[in-house]
Amino acid sequence: MLAAQGLTARRGDATLFSGLGFAVQSGKVLVVTGPNGTGKTTLLRILAGLTLPAAGTIQWRGETVAQHAAPLREETLYAGHLTALKDELTAEENLRSLVSLSGIAPDEAALRAALASVALEAQRLLPARVLSQGQRRRIGLARLSLLQRPLWLLDEPATALDSTGLGLLGRLIAQQLAAGGAVIAATHQPLDLPPEAVDRLVLA
Amino acid sequence: MTTATGATEQESPYGVTAALRWAVTRDLKLALRSRAELGVQLLFYVIVVTLFPLASTPERTLLATMGPGVLWVAALLASLLSLPRLFASDFADGSLEQIALSPFPMPALVFGKILAHWLTTGLPMVVLAPLLGLQYGLDAPALAVITLSLLVGTPILSLLGAIGAALTLGVRGGGSLLALLILPLYVPVLIFGAGAADAYRAGLSVSANISLLGAGLLVALVGAPLATAAGIRIALD
Amino acid sequence: MNLYQFSSPATFYSLAGRLAPWFAWLATVCTVAGLWIGFGIAPTDFQQGEAYRIIFIHVPSAWLSMFLYLVMGFWSILALSFNTRLSAMMAQAIAPTGAIMTFIALWTGALWGRPTWGTYWAWDARMTSELILLFLYFGVMALRSAIDDPRRADRACAVLTIVGSVNIPIIYFSVQWWNTLHQGASVSLTAAPKMASIMLTGMLVMSFAAWFYAVAVTLWRVQAVILERERGAAWVADLPKVRGAAA
Repeated sequence: MLAAQGLTARRGDATLFSGLGFAVQSGKVLVVTGPNGTGKTTLLRILAGLTLPAAGTIQWRGETVAQHAAPLREETLYAGHLTALKDELTAEENLRSLVSLSGIAPDEAALRAALASVALEAQRLLPARVLSQGQRRRIGLARLSLLQRPLWLLDEPATALDSTGLGLLGRLIAQQLAAGGAVIAATHQPLDLPPEAVDRLVLA
Repeated sequence: MTTATGATEQESPYGVTAALRWAVTRDLKLALRSRAELGVQLLFYVIVVTLFPLASTPERTLLATMGPGVLWVAALLASLLSLPRLFASDFADGSLEQIALSPFPMPALVFGKILAHWLTTGLPMVVLAPLLGLQYGLDAPALAVITLSLLVGTPILSLLGAIGAALTLGVRGGGSLLALLILPLYVPVLIFGAGAADAYRAGLSVSANISLLGAGLLVALVGAPLATAAGIRIALD
Repeated sequence: MNLYQFSSPATFYSLAGRLAPWFAWLATVCTVAGLWIGFGIAPTDFQQGEAYRIIFIHVPSAWLSMFLYLVMGFWSILALSFNTRLSAMMAQAIAPTGAIMTFIALWTGALWGRPTWGTYWAWDARMTSELILLFLYFGVMALRSAIDDPRRADRACAVLTIVGSVNIPIIYFSVQWWNTLHQGASVSLTAAPKMASIMLTGMLVMSFAAWFYAVAVTLWRVQAVILERERGAAWVADLPKVRGAAA
């Protein structure tokens, strides 16, 4: 589905990684690990199209794509460190806003159901400002459940999640794989995933 | 397609109007929930306009000469004050990344944000202008000319300012740097905008000034969202 | 000769080093010749006396200040289209020289205005536009120094320069509009009604001098920029003067 060759990334004067190449197939999770500062976030941002690599190419379904290309934007979902939640909007409004930004207009029932599935039914009408970190990240999980995208790019998805949240995350990833999608996740923590579906990429 | 819960969703096309609607409604909602901030900016406009006679003289003919220029410069400064907030909050919380990655055309999303910004900063100044112009002893036709020039000109201020706001995202010295970058570009808008009232006072036709402003607005409508989107992508890199 | 080899900073560094002294010599020769024509040969002006001679510095620097901004715009377009580091470095190297030329034009313009029209600053169209051009140069330089990441600074300054280049004719037109409206048929400070051909020759020679100077200085400055930005590269460590300093 997604393949990359010769990816090189620099930040300032330092070279984070060079000559990186890999491929991701549908139904698989690529787990990217490595110590802090090795460029996991930069790699995901390059794959999402936010950052331009110093060198290298990316192919999406066999075709080489440029940065910010339409196929990438329409078919990948990027969840980075920042939650993209507006403090002044309620949990439900935030979810609606993020989902419609991806081109889908969800109805009330679907939003409520998604929030209920991440145990935020009671906090639905509270402004994001008063939600805890864990609750804010669960809104992100609700967003994952509503958007059908072939490729997920997740940067530290387990941050601030308790065991229930981690369970939800695992279930969502499993559903994504079952539907023929793929996931690339950069993470420190172990995720609860079926081992046969996992490939590893270690940045050092 | 169906979600995990079995409910069906409708797929919207990735069109310009949908993008505009998303950006304008969201930003207006956010602005209205931070009403205090908007009020402060408008108050700044009013105070600056009031300062000039205090700094020079309340003598009527001089005030009438100065009036249009003062209203315009105050609008410029108030606009500069409000521009950093156009993208700063979205940049800080990660919304700007999602906007850049959205399948909607980015210039359309950006234009929606600029439009919402003008509706909450520029338009109130246009509405207040006749009232403030009375402080300068301007007669009704002069007030009408100034209001019209501000109506056509303040959107240009928002559009050009957005370019500067995008280029200075997260950069040291943000606000003052933004002013340095944008003020030279504002000069033609100021000249034609304030010049319209001057033309009226000199008994000349106002239409040339307004037409030039209108032409500038059209060029800015097309060019500024593109340049701003480029600036945002550079800032997110 | 494959020109593309010069798009790498390493090869361009040595090319710049070889070319710059030639341009410096040309600039010196033209300056001497131009000043000789301007201050030695050209006759005293009927209306303005000796003070007019400052145009031999004022006009060339004004022309060059605008020309250099457009050249900066050209390199910026290349930098954004082809994403080459060297194009952006060239744009970065031109800006200070452009700003200096603008400053010289403004200063000499003021010095010319005082004895001739009684005032240092008369808000005429060309001088006012020149002042705004100085602000545009300062803006580009300020943006570059405010952004830490060199690549982001390259691209942000490129966008700003292109937006500025598009606006320069608009700004000039609007300032001229404003000026004619308010000053009517006043004397333009920078238009000499009819110039003796020797004066034109002098201005032309000085313009070439200024241009050669700008090229030489830009090439030297781009060398400094290349060294600073490529300081981690192996070829920089191998340079004789770097090795000598490290030893």
